[in-house]
Amino acid sequence: MSEPAATASSTLETPGRTAGAEPLLEVENLVKHFPIKAGILFDRQVGSVQAVDGVSLHINAGETLGLVGESGCGKSTLCRSILRLIEPTSGSVRFMGQELTELRRPRLRSIRREMQMIFQDPYASLNPRKRVSQIVGDPLALHGVSSAKGRRQIVKELLERVGLNPEHHDRFPHEFSGGQRQRIGIARALALRPKLIIADEPVSALDVSIQAQIINLLDELQGEFDLTYLFVAHDLGVVRHVSDRIAVMYLGRIVEIGPAEAVYQNPIHPYTLSLLSAIPVPDPRANAAREPLVLEGDVPSPANPPPACRFHPRCPYATSICSEVEPQLVDHGGGHWAACHHPLNREDPEGVERAVAPAGS
Amino acid sequence: MSATSSAGPVLEVDEMRVTFATDAGAVKAVDGASFQVERGRTLGIVGESGCGKSVTAMTILGLTRAPNATISGRITYEGSDLAQMSDEDLRAVRGGGISMIFQDPLTSLHPFYKVGRQLVEAIQVHQPLDHDQARARALELLGLVGIPDAHRRIDEYPHEFSGGMRQRVMIAMALSNEPAVLIADEPTTALDVTTQAQILALLERLQSELGMAVVLITHDLGVVAEVADDVLVMYAGRVVEAGTVDQLFYDPQHPYTWGLLGSLARVDKRTQRLSQISGQPPSLISAPEGCHFRPRCPHEFGKCKSVPPLAPTAADDHRDRCWLSLERKRDLRQLADGRIGLEEPK
Repeated sequence: MSEPAATASSTLETPGRTAGAEPLLEVENLVKHFPIKAGILFDRQVGSVQAVDGVSLHINAGETLGLVGESGCGKSTLCRSILRLIEPTSGSVRFMGQELTELRRPRLRSIRREMQMIFQDPYASLNPRKRVSQIVGDPLALHGVSSAKGRRQIVKELLERVGLNPEHHDRFPHEFSGGQRQRIGIARALALRPKLIIADEPVSALDVSIQAQIINLLDELQGEFDLTYLFVAHDLGVVRHVSDRIAVMYLGRIVEIGPAEAVYQNPIHPYTLSLLSAIPVPDPRANAAREPLVLEGDVPSPANPPPACRFHPRCPYATSICSEVEPQLVDHGGGHWAACHHPLNREDPEGVERAVAPAGS
Repeated sequence: MSATSSAGPVLEVDEMRVTFATDAGAVKAVDGASFQVERGRTLGIVGESGCGKSVTAMTILGLTRAPNATISGRITYEGSDLAQMSDEDLRAVRGGGISMIFQDPLTSLHPFYKVGRQLVEAIQVHQPLDHDQARARALELLGLVGIPDAHRRIDEYPHEFSGGMRQRVMIAMALSNEPAVLIADEPTTALDVTTQAQILALLERLQSELGMAVVLITHDLGVVAEVADDVLVMYAGRVVEAGTVDQLFYDPQHPYTWGLLGSLARVDKRTQRLSQISGQPPSLISAPEGCHFRPRCPHEFGKCKSVPPLAPTAADDHRDRCWLSLERKRDLRQLADGRIGLEEPK
């Protein structure tokens, strides 16, 4: 608790943070708005896409935080803003106690050694003109790790560890299948022995049998290399399998965050419930018994999100308060937080304001 | 789910084989697929990329007829063999008696034309209606598939629709001539889960209202468990298991099916470790002789070097392509933790 910011008032605290423990990564009120411009000679800003709008979360060392949400909810923008691959509009990102948003380039580069990324598309994220040895070895060269000869050795060891034949180090990406390419991407991310790996939909492009291989590999590597994962996916089955805690995003905001089993078994936010219940399970009888909460309509545009609770136009539980007062993330016990005026699965919604007005206008 | 199953199958595929000649060699995309669908029932075809499921579906409508393609087998629809039919005659079947929807609704709609015009065209190809009548029918269809404000949206372009709404437009177009068979190739793969739930519910409602047969191609076993009555599992161009949805999920016979079930990370249960299938699917140019799954199967034995027949073992209507005995299979598929899956090779 030597950091001055860590002793801030409770409103600034990230949800579910245990007092005393210093998280590896702490994101506070992160905002990324993309300007929408118009005009012929001079660009005028006519609005903004509120891709990430006030996100706070933390990740403890050694854990996996799963981040779920539908396309366009801001998951990828959040990941990229954390690494400053895109510059956040405002907010704070602390990694190992360092404020990243204020770092200058050379310093940022050296701290990026500790944070690596695995991308969704194993075809687009590997340079087709480079050999595997270069792809995996370049991060080492860039950060001046070891001699060229030493690097070759490290690359071979890494390839072997991720399940590739080290003899294939001089091949090009196109000579590998999708699953193997994703292994190359993982080897590249591991090369600098980072502490944090942000995996943005690392298995969505892969077939199920290959998905299982990659998930198991990531699982093994976590223990072996002391890794902390921010694992982004839209497949809630995969996220449940890998995550210790889960954050659910909707239209640029976190609507629920908490321990994985609590979120899956007792979702508090109606959006989480609708996501979970929308997924057909590979069990015909369980499916027949399932009562999905099928949402009406589509996700609204993040350029013009609904006021107050952004989920209220689609929410079956919405009342007038939901369109007037923005719900804050509220602690529901056990590190389980949710931003909803009508929390579900709570026997005693104490401390949560309940709406009195009936549903509809 | 299944309504009344009327007299006999509406579409019957018998020993379909599709081979494409390429510079690298002959690609055996489909190697002897046989199945049938009845009105009011849904057949799910599952398998991973490159297993031949889409080629099977496209071949039904003659969409794989190319100079380098060799197609054999019978495709019986309304007493005639679609495989032998001329392109011209087949055109009357496409979008008429049998229609198809594809994975990506954006690339399946023409970006330059308003949605209404594309629907009207699809209707007028098959029905002797004038423009106003066809437009009225198009409006009716958009309402049927649940597009709000249809009279306004009919004059919008595809880019003005969201992914889920575009897929609804595609479904409206596919249903415009009240087909007897609807082939849906990964209709929800490009959509978010909440939208997927909407589209699956819509397809189910329309099927029960219109009584058509549905062939649903997907890689998602959850979707199959939700909507299919019967299932085919395909691997490397061959059907490896075929049965009812209950047989397939509760009494799976082929090791590949076990592997698929075991490698799923489920949303309703937490598992310690996924039972993966090691290795990767073979090239369809040089697939291993005998059982194609042999190199990835921990239960392989001598007999597997010859091709097992697709034969009933567990039940008369439950066929699989594996040499193991029924008792062995029921024993081997159970993992230590009680789940069904494929053992990892030591």
